[in-house]
Amino acid sequence: MTDSITNILVCGIGGQGVMTATEILAEAAIAEGHDAKKTEVAGMAQRGGVVTSHLRFGPKVLSPQIAPGTVHVLLGFEAAEALRWSHYLRPDGLALVNDARLVPPVVELGLFDYPDDPIGLMHARGVRTVSFDAARIARELGDLRLGNTVMLGAIADHLPFSPDVVLRSIEARFARKGEAVVDLNRRAFAAGRAAAARELEPA
Amino acid sequence: MAANMAAIMPAPGNARLLLSGNEAVARAVWESGCKVAAAYPGTPSTEILEVVCTYPDVYAEWAVNEKVSMEVALGASMMGARAFCAMKHVGLNVASDCLMTMTLTGAAGGLVIAVADDVGMASSQNEQDSRFYARFAHLPMLEPADSQEAYEMTKFAFVLSERHQTPVFLRLTARICHVKGVVTVGEREAHTPAGYRKDAERWVMVPTHARRRIPMMFQRDAALRAEAEASPLNVIETGSDRRVGFVASGPAYMHVREAFPDAPVLKLGFSHPLPLDKVRALAAQVDRLVVAEEVEPIVENEIRAAGIDCHGKDVLPRLGELAPQVLKPAIDALLGGLPAPAAMPASAIQVFPRPPTLCASCPHMGIYYTLSQLKNIIVSGDIGCYTLGAGHPWNALDTTISMGAAVSVAHGMDKGRGPADANKKILSVIGDSTFLHMGMQGLLDATYNRSNFTLLLLDNGTVGMTGGQNTPANGRDIRGNPAPRIEFRKLIEALGVKPERIREVDPYQMPTLFKVIREETKIEEVSVIIAYRPCVLTEEFHPARSYRVIDDKCTGCGNCIDVGCPAIHVTRRDKVVKPSGKEVDLAFVMIDSLACTGCGMCLQPCAPDAIVPADSTCNVVPLMQK
Repeated sequence: MTDSITNILVCGIGGQGVMTATEILAEAAIAEGHDAKKTEVAGMAQRGGVVTSHLRFGPKVLSPQIAPGTVHVLLGFEAAEALRWSHYLRPDGLALVNDARLVPPVVELGLFDYPDDPIGLMHARGVRTVSFDAARIARELGDLRLGNTVMLGAIADHLPFSPDVVLRSIEARFARKGEAVVDLNRRAFAAGRAAAARELEPA
Repeated sequence: MAANMAAIMPAPGNARLLLSGNEAVARAVWESGCKVAAAYPGTPSTEILEVVCTYPDVYAEWAVNEKVSMEVALGASMMGARAFCAMKHVGLNVASDCLMTMTLTGAAGGLVIAVADDVGMASSQNEQDSRFYARFAHLPMLEPADSQEAYEMTKFAFVLSERHQTPVFLRLTARICHVKGVVTVGEREAHTPAGYRKDAERWVMVPTHARRRIPMMFQRDAALRAEAEASPLNVIETGSDRRVGFVASGPAYMHVREAFPDAPVLKLGFSHPLPLDKVRALAAQVDRLVVAEEVEPIVENEIRAAGIDCHGKDVLPRLGELAPQVLKPAIDALLGGLPAPAAMPASAIQVFPRPPTLCASCPHMGIYYTLSQLKNIIVSGDIGCYTLGAGHPWNALDTTISMGAAVSVAHGMDKGRGPADANKKILSVIGDSTFLHMGMQGLLDATYNRSNFTLLLLDNGTVGMTGGQNTPANGRDIRGNPAPRIEFRKLIEALGVKPERIREVDPYQMPTLFKVIREETKIEEVSVIIAYRPCVLTEEFHPARSYRVIDDKCTGCGNCIDVGCPAIHVTRRDKVVKPSGKEVDLAFVMIDSLACTGCGMCLQPCAPDAIVPADSTCNVVPLMQK
């Protein structure tokens, strides 16, 4: 696989905004002059199923699909989903994970177990993992829907271009909704950046 | 989706846009001056028409099924207009009756059929390869490998169609339809319909006329083969590593380029008729030829039949996508190389499955909870969100085959039953849009032939599984404008069901539903229960206040969990030993107030009345949420 290509894997659950977040990242990459391809398997995903969105960008992208073991940054919208896809990371890759636990009906029915500590399992496997509570950060800013922008803030310092490029993509997305909404998203973005940076510091 | 759609429509020529394959096709349909576009929603093709309809200068419609959409496009083409229809792979089966004769008449105005195969089956009942239809119907086929190609090939397809007076297939797969890539778009060119030309020998396909048209179809085959051989869409890309050369099309081409950047490749863009001279030219340059195609060995067999030696499905998997991580080890093994152990990625951790679920307040939950409480029944199912009723916790569906099959299969079950099933009640479950697509015919057949089963018509006023498209059942057209709305009661009566055997029930009222199903299945004739509630993802749905669980009233019986609502979560599990000595599992619950939209279905099986409105401090449980 080509070394000049950056591979980002965004994972979560149908309805969480995984595809939109990845699209914003793709738009940022294109604005930086990269070629980009974004793909997902989401046939019935809006019904609470697993969603993964693959983003590849660089001078020229061929296959849109990321192979296991080649992801630079894994952006996990849910803890167990991040664990599920952690084998896609390169050995030097980074996982940025919202530590939310979204428990599906098959677990509530007692048919399967939800792991006690998915983030701990990732650490135990040697995956460089940063976790934070994106929902709490969003709630503190006054709107749960900002969780998406918090996640984009978290990844913004781990891309091969300036965080401002991602922020401009977000601003363009929300421009139609007025300056107040744009400003809230700016704050969510900054809070996401700060949360990821804070967790990375001790290491 | 909506935000992006708004961006595609007005974008000027030469704009660089991030478009999915579906969006790119739609833009090209508009730029080509297409006058009429029709489709029935189907993953992964749905978004094409959703974007086409944002252009006011194209007539766009949701047709009731794929055969109708193809015939609408053909009619427009007869007028000399450029016309387009789109469908998923299984939709082409429905349209194939039109297709197999349309190939004899050919097209007048450019006629393009986009067919989207669900390789890997993210959302389909089979993985059939639509490239067979190009062979079957003697029609040219173009296969884009990314969004930019999807855009360019759609425009070329209209030109090719008019040059050879033939319908043209545009074959997409999910990995084209739903991949977003950079596309440089162009400007629209107006196209005026040339006008209808009466020509019975061409358009009236009676045997004498068809006999004359068949040799013309063979001549067209030859002309298309010559064009495919010369086409720049079929190109040999030279490479320095000649141990293996690939023949590849669609997404498989991109995967080959990714995994084997130095190998020579014949890229097939105009893939039928197959340019065999170009295949021979590549074969002469390389040690071995490998055909990488999704999913059947079609090109491989045609190459072998031409006397050219090649590999294909002898070394590559016969189902699913040929992603780089699938291709690389298979071809390395063919070349006798050893897999590089250091490059092996970490293995996946086994995590619980997360199958798709019905939404909170989904009316289908009331249906499936009720069916799961009934004994001695067989439930013939169909295709839509309600197929999820086959899963946990309901396990309430016995069959799912094809659009409309719920009805005709139930009828066949009734006629085929022997003594072993004499006492079983047969039910059929179908959604509103699927019923209008192909269920009506089965119901007419059943009443005419005096069948005995009960049909549950789950009317949620939308095509749910594909994202909520309009249908004659909700009285809105593709652009959301008011349109004639079908009245199910009248329609079902006209199909021969006795008026007293047509019942209307609120699917949220599970005890009533239970009672009505019991009544109707006792009567030995065809009956229909219409269960109307809007899909929760549509504007028709109005969420009510949410519910909560009073902790010290919850006995942990778990009845509410069996409703299957994703807003109900277990807080604590326990075990008790009954006086009989039987051990019983307990699961105490809470309701996620952010996810709950207040349908009230979970409180109906709650014996201790532990579920109350979230804002209520009292313990009085209302019978039903409004």
